[in-house]
Amino acid sequence: MNATLARESEVAPSPLQKSGAGADKLFQLITAGAAWLVLVLLVGIALSMAWGGRLAFQTFGWHFITGKDWDVGASKFGALVPIYGTLVTSAIALIIAVPVSIGIALFLTDIAPRWSRAPIAIAIELLAAIPSIIYGMWGLFLFAPFMATHIEPWLSEHLGNKPVIGALFSGPPIGIGMLTAGIVLGIMVLPFIASVAREVFNAVPAPLRESAVALGSTRWEVLRNVTLPYTRSAVIGAIFLGLGRALGETMAVTFVLGNAHDLSASLLMPSNSIAAAIANEFTEADTDLYRSSLIALGFLLFVVTFIVLTIAKLMLLRMNRQYGRTS
Amino acid sequence: MAIPIRRRAADITAFAFATAATVFGLVWLFWILWTTLMHGAEALTPTLFKEMTPPPGVSGGGLLNAFYGSAVMILVGLVIGAPLGVAAGTFLAEHGRNTRLASLVSFVNDILLSAPSIIVGLFFYELVVRPMGHFSGFAGALALAMILLPIVVRTTEESLRLIPDTMREAGFALGLPRWRVTRQILYKAGLSAILTGILLGVARIAGETAPLLFTALNNQFWSASLNAPLANVPVVIWQFAMSPYDDWQKLAWAGAFVLTVVVLVLNILVRLLARKGKQR
Repeated sequence: MNATLARESEVAPSPLQKSGAGADKLFQLITAGAAWLVLVLLVGIALSMAWGGRLAFQTFGWHFITGKDWDVGASKFGALVPIYGTLVTSAIALIIAVPVSIGIALFLTDIAPRWSRAPIAIAIELLAAIPSIIYGMWGLFLFAPFMATHIEPWLSEHLGNKPVIGALFSGPPIGIGMLTAGIVLGIMVLPFIASVAREVFNAVPAPLRESAVALGSTRWEVLRNVTLPYTRSAVIGAIFLGLGRALGETMAVTFVLGNAHDLSASLLMPSNSIAAAIANEFTEADTDLYRSSLIALGFLLFVVTFIVLTIAKLMLLRMNRQYGRTS
Repeated sequence: MAIPIRRRAADITAFAFATAATVFGLVWLFWILWTTLMHGAEALTPTLFKEMTPPPGVSGGGLLNAFYGSAVMILVGLVIGAPLGVAAGTFLAEHGRNTRLASLVSFVNDILLSAPSIIVGLFFYELVVRPMGHFSGFAGALALAMILLPIVVRTTEESLRLIPDTMREAGFALGLPRWRVTRQILYKAGLSAILTGILLGVARIAGETAPLLFTALNNQFWSASLNAPLANVPVVIWQFAMSPYDDWQKLAWAGAFVLTVVVLVLNILVRLLARKGKQR
């Protein structure tokens, strides 16, 4: 019986299939190889950053992360200032981008006239398409002077002398600094959050929203009590996606952050970020330790963005699994 | 039944905020585009495409070497990155569908998609520039290929998944081997979507600066060699914009203008193609 089956299956392939058997295997191998390459690249990045930064980690240990002195002359490298700058600018970016992008998503799903939704959505997405170097130039030549003449004097005058938050807003209004960089970052990441939020808002089943309306909810209450709870994990995922982008954004920040290695509480003061420090200093790094310290910074950035983006992806997948969406 | 005034006020506030948020978003877009177009148009001269980047303090000059270098690196990046991306995307959607490897790669690919591009630059510095001992256009092209790869993987996977299984079954029923089903049926059906993805990737790598800083570096002179530092538009914009020289800043604006126009045109083209694909 088995023998007959086996013989039949030998006969079964058509001439076409038979001639393609070898090619089929080859094709399978090529595609699988390309897929493996994606994995290898990610692992390769992690390993090469860790390897390149080993000298800095060996020399400074934990002080590499906690030390605030970045002294090229003395070959002493502590990354606290760039780490702090990265975190603060990303936080400012999210404070701006999260409410704005949820507002945009709401506008595009509920408020805007139907004909205008696609063009407005495309315009918002174009914000993500503009190269970051263009953001940088615009930030340096137009936005920073605008901040220096219109926004920052007002901030330091009205908020600079308040007891707790005063420290954040004191200092000369020079336009270049963490606040400006954070705002530019916020503009850059808002299209990423808005487009995911819009997509998932649209995916909320109509009967759910309609029943809330039938119970007498206003549209705001539908958003707060139905749409947002239903899409919560995806919206959180989108926010983490935006955070991942903000943490690693380089060129725009390099233009408007000021490349200063001083720790200061004020948001109006120049600072540094991990990505900006690497971009500014890497080609000038003339000693092994200096170069290794910058690669070590890259390793830290990679690890942090990897974690943030993994959380983002898991949250987005969770929404799909919970509600059985396939797209 | 009238809605209590507090609830109505909350409703109106929320909607006013949503509208304001959208206006807020659009204002930046128009401000940035307006600035780039105005400053760029001012600096646009015919010599831009005819002459090399000038030394500091010398007026005139153009960006010819930078345009050439960018075009070459994008092209080489495309030739390396796009086939690999299509192959990997094919594995995720077809030949490795539902395998552990495919879901892991799909996950990792999404992380690569958003990974900081400066890290890609550092990676290829360590991988290519350091062993070779000098900066090179080839290293830059590889870095761009790596930025392109995850974009093409994702869009290829998605466009192949959209093709109904009946197409595959029809191919198998004709006795075609799997690879010919993929090549002759699926790639044809998904062609415009896959091309759209590749185009989107090109739009992205055209403006990438960070991965080129430590790979291709820059070159003030004409060089056609991929084995030497290669001038390119984004890095030239960066250096010239940060410089104190008026003439250099002007050239930076002109470069920014061309870059923005190219990226916008590619993006709009992608959307037109995508819409045409949907209608069909």
